[in-house]
Amino acid sequence: MPVEWQAPAVVLSARPYGEGAALVTLLTEAYGRHAGLAKGGASRAQAALWQAGNLVEARWLARLPEQLGALAGELVHATAALAMEDPLALALLSSATALAEAALPEREAHPAVFCGLVSILARLVQGPEEVFADLVRWEALLLAELGYGLDLSACAATGETRDLTHVSPRSGRAVSMRAAVHYLDRLLVLPPFLLQEGDPGEPQDWLAGLRLTGHFLEKRLFAATHRALPDARQRLQDRLAAIVEGGG
Amino acid sequence: MAEDPVEHLIALLARIPGLGRRSARRAALRMLADPSRLMLPLAAALEAAAAAVRPCSVCGNLDAADPCRICADTRRERGLLCVVEGVADLWALERGGAYRGLYHVLGGVLSPLGGVGPEQLAVEGLLARVAAGGVEEVILALPATVEGATTAHYLSDRLAGSGVNVTRLAQGVPIGGALDVLDDGTLAAALRARRPA
Repeated sequence: MPVEWQAPAVVLSARPYGEGAALVTLLTEAYGRHAGLAKGGASRAQAALWQAGNLVEARWLARLPEQLGALAGELVHATAALAMEDPLALALLSSATALAEAALPEREAHPAVFCGLVSILARLVQGPEEVFADLVRWEALLLAELGYGLDLSACAATGETRDLTHVSPRSGRAVSMRAAVHYLDRLLVLPPFLLQEGDPGEPQDWLAGLRLTGHFLEKRLFAATHRALPDARQRLQDRLAAIVEGGG
Repeated sequence: MAEDPVEHLIALLARIPGLGRRSARRAALRMLADPSRLMLPLAAALEAAAAAVRPCSVCGNLDAADPCRICADTRRERGLLCVVEGVADLWALERGGAYRGLYHVLGGVLSPLGGVGPEQLAVEGLLARVAAGGVEEVILALPATVEGATTAHYLSDRLAGSGVNVTRLAQGVPIGGALDVLDDGTLAAALRARRPA
């Protein structure tokens, strides 16, 4: 008996397979990161559909659940095309999709990660500055979903819940300024927007946020499987650092 | 036991892009029907091309001469340098006949999943050509994909400060294309790139 599903999805990657097909990886709310073979996916007619970051209505069909299966889709939001002109928006899109592709286990639902990513990609057309803080929050959520969450509720040393300014690179717990003052060179900066939902933050805060989540993504999540942080994630951080440090 | 030469021929033909096993069988049958006219000249042409054709040491084009005929052509506009992903793109631009400058074949685009980084591409060669002087404009004719655009932005950053004008191909409505059959992404790009009528 064939198995199939139809659901909204984010295209994470598409690799050419054979002459005209593409091996596509999607992120869905109910089925998690899910791969499938898109027949004609690399063809002129479909190549624009299966661009990383696009939001699609996908249909997956297979004879048995464990099979790769066939994918078909319809474009809902052409995120990739809208982001291509802006280097920072494109870097953000590439980083988020590469991270989801590399970090999430296959066919394991993480609805909050899916919804967070959809929200970022859908608003990316307004400009990367509109979603950068949410991207950092999404990376923190990704860490939490995969068992490496940061604890930003109270200071690890004093128990204080106010004036939290740093994070311990070992425990992932917040540290207040009073406790951090003698260890500033060894602690990671905690950008204020991570403690306040809705705060858009500033470029230097986004960079601090990327350095914070990047540390735990690299040292905890990817080191556990002897892999490096995706190049696209590093490129985003480098590009933002160039903007912040160059004053642009 | 020695392999059947016909089966071996079909197996080799089936490896060629565009030919499946069925098409390979048809091609083999057609050639075997008239070997002296179809098969032997083809074998000789394949051997000659394999022996003579090499990547151009300047631009990466495939040619029997090095530098290739395009690089050696003094009538070309030497201030224009068009960067393409592969030789197929170079040939496509040449077929169009609208471009009379020089080329630089990158040999791919940045692809984190495919393990292609800047060091796997002919980026340093491009920078060296620009630094050598004489280039006024670098045209980035890369695919309109996430990877192609990422590569274009990367090259644009690397070329910043070199003093050359860096441009990209336009994206939008193809000649003869009706708007209602265009995908949303192309339409959005066309709208963004609108110009005074």
